[in-house]
Amino acid sequence: MFLIDCPYCKESRDQNEFSPAGEAFIARPQNPEALSDEEWADYVFYRTNHKGDHWEQWVHTAGCRKYFLVKRSTISHEIIQVSTFGEIDSENAS
Amino acid sequence: MQKKYSWYSLLKAGLSNQEWDKAIPLSKPKSKYDVIIIGGGGHGLATAYYLAKECGITNVAVVEKGYIGGGNTGRNTTIIRSNYLRDEASSLYEHSMRLWEGLSEDLNFNVMFSQRGVYNLGHTLQDMRDIERRVNANVLNGVDAVVVDHKEIKEQIPIINTSKNVRYPIMGASFQARAGVARHDGVAWGFARAASNLGVDIIQNCEVIDIEIEEGRVKGVKTTQGDILADQIGCVSAGHSSVIAKMAGLRLPVESHPLQAFVSEAMKPILHTVVMSNAVHGYVSQSDKGDLVIGAGIDGYNSYAQRGSAKIVEHCAAAILELFPIFSRVRMNRQWGGIVDVCPDACPVISPTKVEGLYFNCGWGTGGFKATPGSGNVFAHTIAQDKQHELAVPFHVDRFTTGALIDEHGAAGVAH
Repeated sequence: MFLIDCPYCKESRDQNEFSPAGEAFIARPQNPEALSDEEWADYVFYRTNHKGDHWEQWVHTAGCRKYFLVKRSTISHEIIQVSTFGEIDSENAS
Repeated sequence: MQKKYSWYSLLKAGLSNQEWDKAIPLSKPKSKYDVIIIGGGGHGLATAYYLAKECGITNVAVVEKGYIGGGNTGRNTTIIRSNYLRDEASSLYEHSMRLWEGLSEDLNFNVMFSQRGVYNLGHTLQDMRDIERRVNANVLNGVDAVVVDHKEIKEQIPIINTSKNVRYPIMGASFQARAGVARHDGVAWGFARAASNLGVDIIQNCEVIDIEIEEGRVKGVKTTQGDILADQIGCVSAGHSSVIAKMAGLRLPVESHPLQAFVSEAMKPILHTVVMSNAVHGYVSQSDKGDLVIGAGIDGYNSYAQRGSAKIVEHCAAAILELFPIFSRVRMNRQWGGIVDVCPDACPVISPTKVEGLYFNCGWGTGGFKATPGSGNVFAHTIAQDKQHELAVPFHVDRFTTGALIDEHGAAGVAH
């Protein structure tokens, strides 16, 4: 159980208001027709499942209903950073 | 070390007040093994046991970062059943069920396997249609199963609430009489002791830090107790499968989540069977010790933390209380989480990999305990033959590339 700072509501709210929405920075392939079966499988099913600091998506289901990015430790559940899309992408995420 | 437990040894020890020998020796790693199994949970120990017993490979080490039976094997709710919908899944789980039925004798260790039956409740018309379909599929696959209505459930379990005046009234259930429970950590100890008797080294407090690969083939592992060479490596590390896979430069189609359970204080016998409900989401049985063993669901976020959210516990407790109002004043003793690696199709991966000599047995998600002997058995044959056991073929990791998924969410996705 943890609190999440919604970057849109600017409030620290109970995790129960939010829903996890999976690993961040998985971009839909620009040209799906050109993908091999392996690449398509990797996009749809394979995940990093990182142990440590993990960038993921959350949605403020019972609040503003907006999606945003959270960097959270999957070991301690500590939230290290919260961000909106656009501020951070796979290029500048650390 | 005492090789065999028997009535005679029990009587002799009882009368002479003798100290029991250690069940397994505390092994240190040798420099080289034919096969290394990473992960000393039930599945890993079962793999080592069947490698030694059925495949004639005894130069085997099981390396475990903690102590055996201290991970998910000792954290689950011990339910064993084989009433899965799909042919591939039900064959695998039924294979396991048949091994369970002779396991205590086979291992010379009482795993307290108790075939007290499992009810999977249905609360809506659609639930009941799905249950009838699954029961029919089970019967066609040689798995025992019957559909029972709410009156029969009430006769068998008088304390269950079959009133119509609840949010999700019980309409009926599927019942598997051969299903039941077993003593979970006893299963790990039994397999460990039996494997150890056949020459397998069980190395505890030994964490794998890296996997050595040379020209596309495994060479050995680096551990906290030094380097160990091996011709073949089987990874059976449940929630940490992705971490091990990363050491070999691989990705897996699994994500790790916390799965929670809790037990009550010990009580007199009140529930003689196992009751599960996917719709309201809770499952409960009473252990031989007398405590109620209650299982909840997974948290949606990724975690390696062995603890989950309170809302999951609350949701589960609400479901159990709707089914059994009599439990409302039962005090809970302990609550914990285990880390489960969940596959997108709720079915495991038992598979070779792109790295020669490296095999994975993972993705059992929320329901691996019931499969312990069967999983170890087919995985041992898969490693020994360097070819998938026939029951493991549908569980190749390539199914996520070919699209031949085994959609067991109907029977397995929620409750286990």
